[in-house]
Amino acid sequence: MIYREAGQFKASYEEDQQIFPIKQDRIVMAALVAAAFFVAPFVASEYWLQAVLTPVLVFALAALGLNILTGYAGQLSLGTGAFMAVGAYATYNFLLRLDGLPFLVGLVLGGLSAAAVGVVFGLPSLRIKGFYLAMATLAAQFFIVWALAKFPWFSNYSSSGIITAQRIEIFGFAFDTPARKYLLTLAIVSLLALVAKNLARTNTGRSWMAVRDMDVAAEVIGIPLMKTKLLAFAVSSFYCGIAGGLYAYTYLGTVEPDGFGLDLSFKILFMIIIGGMGSVLGAFLGAAFILLLPVGLNVLMHTSVGALVPATLASNLELIVFGVLIIFFLIVEPHGLTRLWQIGKEKLRLWPFPH
Amino acid sequence: MGFFLEVLIGGLLAGMLYALVALGFVLIFKASGVLNFAQGAMVFFAALTFVGLTERLPAWLGLSPEWAGLFWIALLLTAVVMVLLAWLVERFMLRKLVNQPAITLFMATIGLSYLIEGVAQGMWGAVVRGLDLGIADEPVMGLLERYNLMISKFDLVAATVAGVLVAVLALFFQYTKVGRALRAVADDHQAALSIGIPLQRIWVIVWAVAGFVAIVAGLVWGSRNGVQFALTYTALKALPVLILGGLTSVPGAIVGGLIIGASEKLAEVYLGPFVGGGIDSWFPYVLALVFLLIRPEGLFGEKHIDRV
Repeated sequence: MIYREAGQFKASYEEDQQIFPIKQDRIVMAALVAAAFFVAPFVASEYWLQAVLTPVLVFALAALGLNILTGYAGQLSLGTGAFMAVGAYATYNFLLRLDGLPFLVGLVLGGLSAAAVGVVFGLPSLRIKGFYLAMATLAAQFFIVWALAKFPWFSNYSSSGIITAQRIEIFGFAFDTPARKYLLTLAIVSLLALVAKNLARTNTGRSWMAVRDMDVAAEVIGIPLMKTKLLAFAVSSFYCGIAGGLYAYTYLGTVEPDGFGLDLSFKILFMIIIGGMGSVLGAFLGAAFILLLPVGLNVLMHTSVGALVPATLASNLELIVFGVLIIFFLIVEPHGLTRLWQIGKEKLRLWPFPH
Repeated sequence: MGFFLEVLIGGLLAGMLYALVALGFVLIFKASGVLNFAQGAMVFFAALTFVGLTERLPAWLGLSPEWAGLFWIALLLTAVVMVLLAWLVERFMLRKLVNQPAITLFMATIGLSYLIEGVAQGMWGAVVRGLDLGIADEPVMGLLERYNLMISKFDLVAATVAGVLVAVLALFFQYTKVGRALRAVADDHQAALSIGIPLQRIWVIVWAVAGFVAIVAGLVWGSRNGVQFALTYTALKALPVLILGGLTSVPGAIVGGLIIGASEKLAEVYLGPFVGGGIDSWFPYVLALVFLLIRPEGLFGEKHIDRV
C-alpha cells in the first residue's frame, strides 16, 4: 500500500532517466545513505566499525570491480585478488617514494596501476574465451603474488613482503580512528558505486552487455571488441585496485602478498554470485552476506545448537555451509539476492490485494 | 648432458602425475560440459577416505593391521564411496542445474569443492597422514650405475600406473557399450537423448569414473607428499595441463601433462636461479597462455566456430 508509484508522473527526460524512478526508493536510499554516514559511526561499536562495516564496504568495492568485468562484460576472472594486491602495493609505493603526495592521489595512482596491469592481462581475452580465459587470469593471480613476494623493492625491503600502511592524512586531518577510517571508506565507495551505476547505463555499459551476451554479434553491429573488452578490464581492475588500497589502508593496516591469494579471488567471486551478477546492489548484498556468514555461524556455535555438533565437524562447518549455500543459491536463484530483492519489491507493489 | 636428461625425465614423470589429475577433469568436461573444479577436492577426499579406512578397518572388522587383503578392501570401499558421491552429485546438483550456463555449473563445482573438503576433514580429521604403498622413493639402481641417471623408482611406478590407467580408459571408451554411450553424450547431448541414452545415468557413471581416477591420483600423490589438505592444490597443477592439451581431449591431457611437467622442471633448474626461484607456481600458466595465444582451443581441443 505504501509502496506504489501511482500518481508519480514523469514530466521531463531527467525525471525519466533517474537511477531510482520511484519516489519511495529514493527516500529509502537517501535514508540508508544518511544512516550510514551520520548514524553508524556514532552508534556502532569500534569492533563493528573496524571488523564488519569497513571490510563489507571494501569487499563490496572489489566485488563491484569484478562485477563490471564478469557480470557486465561477461569475462570470467579469477585474478581479482592479484589486482587488489597491485592496488595496495602501488599505493604504498607511491606514498612512500613521492614525498608529500596526498593520500587520495596515491590511492588513485594505485588504482591506475592496477588498471594498467589489468589491461596487460586482459589482452589474451581478445583471442581466448570462457574457461580458457579464466585460466589466463589465474596466470595473473599466481604471477603477481609471486612477484610481490619475490622482489623486495615492492615492499621496501621488509621481511617476506609485508607492508605496513602509512598514516592517512587528508588536508591535515588524520584518519586514525576506526570511525574516521570507516567514513573515508564509505565516502570513496559510495562515490565509486554511483559512478559504476551510471557507467552501466551509458554507451560503454551497454556495449559491455552486448559483448557479454554474444561477442560476435556485438562485433557485427559495430561495437569495437578490443576497445570494449580492454576498457572493461581497465575499469574493473581500477575498482579492484582502489579496493586493494583501502583493504591495506583503512581495513587491515598490514598486508602481505599471500593475503591476496586465490582464496580472496574466490571469495569475491562468490560475493557476486550470491549477490547477483550484473548489478551494483548485488555487490553490496553479496559482500555483506559472505562476510557476515562466518560471524553468524560463530554466534550460532556458541549457543545451545552448537553443543549438538561434534567438535571435529564444528571447525569444518564453515566450509560445508559455505559450499552448500553456494550450490543452493545457484540452484534456487541463479540471479542472486538482487533478484530476491526485486521479487520482494514486485510483491510489495501489489500488496495487500494481489489480484 | 646427463644432468639435463635427469631433469627432463624427472619432469616427464612428474608430468604423468599432473596428467592423472587432468584426466579426471577431461572425463567430466567431455560428458557433461562441466569444468569440475572439485576434482582436486575429490583427490583429497579419496585419499583421505582410503587412509582413514585402512586405519579403522582393523578395529571395526577385528582384522590384523598387517593383513595384505586390507589394502584391497579399503580400495574397494573407497571406490564404493566415490560412486556414492557421484550419485549424490548427480541427484542433488547436476540434475537441478540442467540448461544453466557453463559458468554457473563451474561455480557450483567450486562450491562442491568447499563442501567435499569440509566433509572430508570433518569425517577423518585434519591431521597430515602418511601413506605407504610399499614402493621406495629411491633411484633405480641399474640406471644409476650404467648411465649415472638419478631416476626415482617411485616416479617410474607412478608414471606406469598412470599410463596403464589411460590405456584402460581408452579401451573402455572405445570398445564397451557404456564407453560408446559416453562418447555419444560428449558429442551431442540431444542426439544422444533421442536415441535412448539415459543422460543422468551417464553422468553418474562419468563422475564415478572421475572418482576412480581421483583415487589413483590421491594414492600416488598422497604417498608422495602425505595425505593432507595440500592435495586439493593438485587441481591447480592440473588446470594449465588441461588448457594446454584442450579441455575435451584425453590424449591432450597426457601430452599437456608431459609438456608442462618437463618444461616446469627445466625452467626451475635453468631459469629459476635468475629470478630467485619458486617460479613453478605460475610458470605452467604462462606457458599454457603462450600456447593458447597460438591455438585458442589448446593443442587437441575441439575447434569452436562462433555463429551469429
